[in-house]
Amino acid sequence: MVWNVVLVIIYFLIVAYLGYRGWRETQTAADYMIAGREVHPYVMAMSYGATFISTSAIIGFGGAASLFGMGIFWLTWMNIFFGIFIAFAIFGKRTRRLGHVLDAHTFPELLGRRYQSSFIQGFSGIVIFLFMPIYAAAVLIGISRFIEVYLHVPYAVGLLGFSLILALYVIWGGLKGVMYTDAFQGTIMLVMMIILLVYTYVLAGGVISAHQSLTDMAYLVPQKLAKLGHRGWTEMPRLGSPYWWILISTIICGVGIGVLAQPQLVVRFMTVKRDRELNRAVLIGGIFILAMTGIAFTVGNLTNVIFYKAFGKISVAIAGGNIDKVIPLYIGKIMPNWFGTLFLLAMLAASMSTLSSQYHAGGTSLGRDFFEKGIRGERIERGERTVFVTRLGIALSILLCIIFSLIFSPSIIAVATAIFFGLCGATFLPSFLLGLYWKGMTKAGAITSTLGGFIVSMIWMGFYHAKEAHALGIANYLFGRSTLAGFPWTVIDAQFIALPISFILAIVVSLFTGKLPDEHIEKCWKYL
Amino acid sequence: MLGISGWGCWLAYVFCILSTILCVIYGVAMWNSGVEEGDEAEIIKWAKEEREIEEQF
Repeated sequence: MVWNVVLVIIYFLIVAYLGYRGWRETQTAADYMIAGREVHPYVMAMSYGATFISTSAIIGFGGAASLFGMGIFWLTWMNIFFGIFIAFAIFGKRTRRLGHVLDAHTFPELLGRRYQSSFIQGFSGIVIFLFMPIYAAAVLIGISRFIEVYLHVPYAVGLLGFSLILALYVIWGGLKGVMYTDAFQGTIMLVMMIILLVYTYVLAGGVISAHQSLTDMAYLVPQKLAKLGHRGWTEMPRLGSPYWWILISTIICGVGIGVLAQPQLVVRFMTVKRDRELNRAVLIGGIFILAMTGIAFTVGNLTNVIFYKAFGKISVAIAGGNIDKVIPLYIGKIMPNWFGTLFLLAMLAASMSTLSSQYHAGGTSLGRDFFEKGIRGERIERGERTVFVTRLGIALSILLCIIFSLIFSPSIIAVATAIFFGLCGATFLPSFLLGLYWKGMTKAGAITSTLGGFIVSMIWMGFYHAKEAHALGIANYLFGRSTLAGFPWTVIDAQFIALPISFILAIVVSLFTGKLPDEHIEKCWKYL
Repeated sequence: MLGISGWGCWLAYVFCILSTILCVIYGVAMWNSGVEEGDEAEIIKWAKEEREIEEQF
């Protein structure tokens, strides 16, 4: 116990030291660029990775893996192939150049300036501000569940205690995205996940033997899950079954595609000076994501083998039906004590780096994008009121996140993350991607696509997709039915419907509406 | 198939490793490319404004 406390104190001292050094020596990405220096590719990739990967991915999706089986590896593949390779090597370079030439500093600002539209910037800002707390809550629930299970602290107490520590961290400069702090946190996560994988595979008798044991457990799938399409942990769910739709449309595509339009990740591309830094980050980023989500999903699956050997029950039964508790219980019951404490630190690191970037995105979305551009309309001298509204935005983001974390139902982390990622994909992705590649994309096309993607997503969540429609109760209130259509529509994710509509709207409306001025397009394409 | 019975899961497992190898090969092959550009002035202007925003927090 004493050593555990000592380790936690050492960790916070290192973070505080790195934060102080960053503050004193001003070593944010912008400082590197002004000084004409390059961020080391390891630091760049770790910093991006620490922002991208959080307790949501490790605890939430690791828990989901224990339920859905190895089909969830398609999400890891999408995270590596789209989230790293395509995002960095292809979109990232054009995003960086466009962002610099348009002097854009937030994702809504990039869209707003690309299409010369205050409305797009303001609307995007308010959408991000209002919905980012859902994703932030997924991250906060992840760390709070771990604290609850591992340290035996009541969930609400752990949640509020951690939020207080995080608030101090944020106030002390955590939002500045100090590169060394992020890289340190990313490194801790990387080391702990590798240890976790090796230990788990050894415990389960080696790689192939572990997988085979999982395959041989197919007969243990509960009848209720089998009826929904579960065919065992090393088989994809039955084609077209409820489980298949949830896995493919929500868990895999929701997050795997939505990652390309994540506001807090897109702006990261602008914080590098040269394409070379992005090229180099692909190498480290690919390995990092495999080590994070790949390991979390592998271990999540194998918890079934280990728990069954030790207690004669599969993971979801051990966790009392709440899959968010599977990974924390595995660390607490199976892994050695020293590992649990270090893993706790890794999870603190994972959640702190992601939450601080989420709060930052929430604050700037309200202040810079919605208040300054959306309400006040035109570019004005940035005054104290904008700074005040931005700070207010951060405070409100934190508050909303805490409230959501307290009221959300169990087994919610993966779903809440997928809701935000899916919403971002449907609302922003067509305008963002077509804006990078198509000179003919018009302002009207971008506005229609953004609004259309958002509205269709909201309608789908409110009236068709059972998970949200049940919780919101709007369809029931208005029509006396919890959803307006039956299976399979009730299990098809909103993004699956809204994203194609959003793309079609962007293309069709752009073909029939007035183009943006030639000189503006020339400016945008100056370095593309 | 690595102890994994379903081809869908097996493919996903193998694709994860192949994509990572792709990232590594790309990173090594492109390690020194992507330096020649003429947007120095815009980058410095952008970075100065970015620092201003950071300082507001």
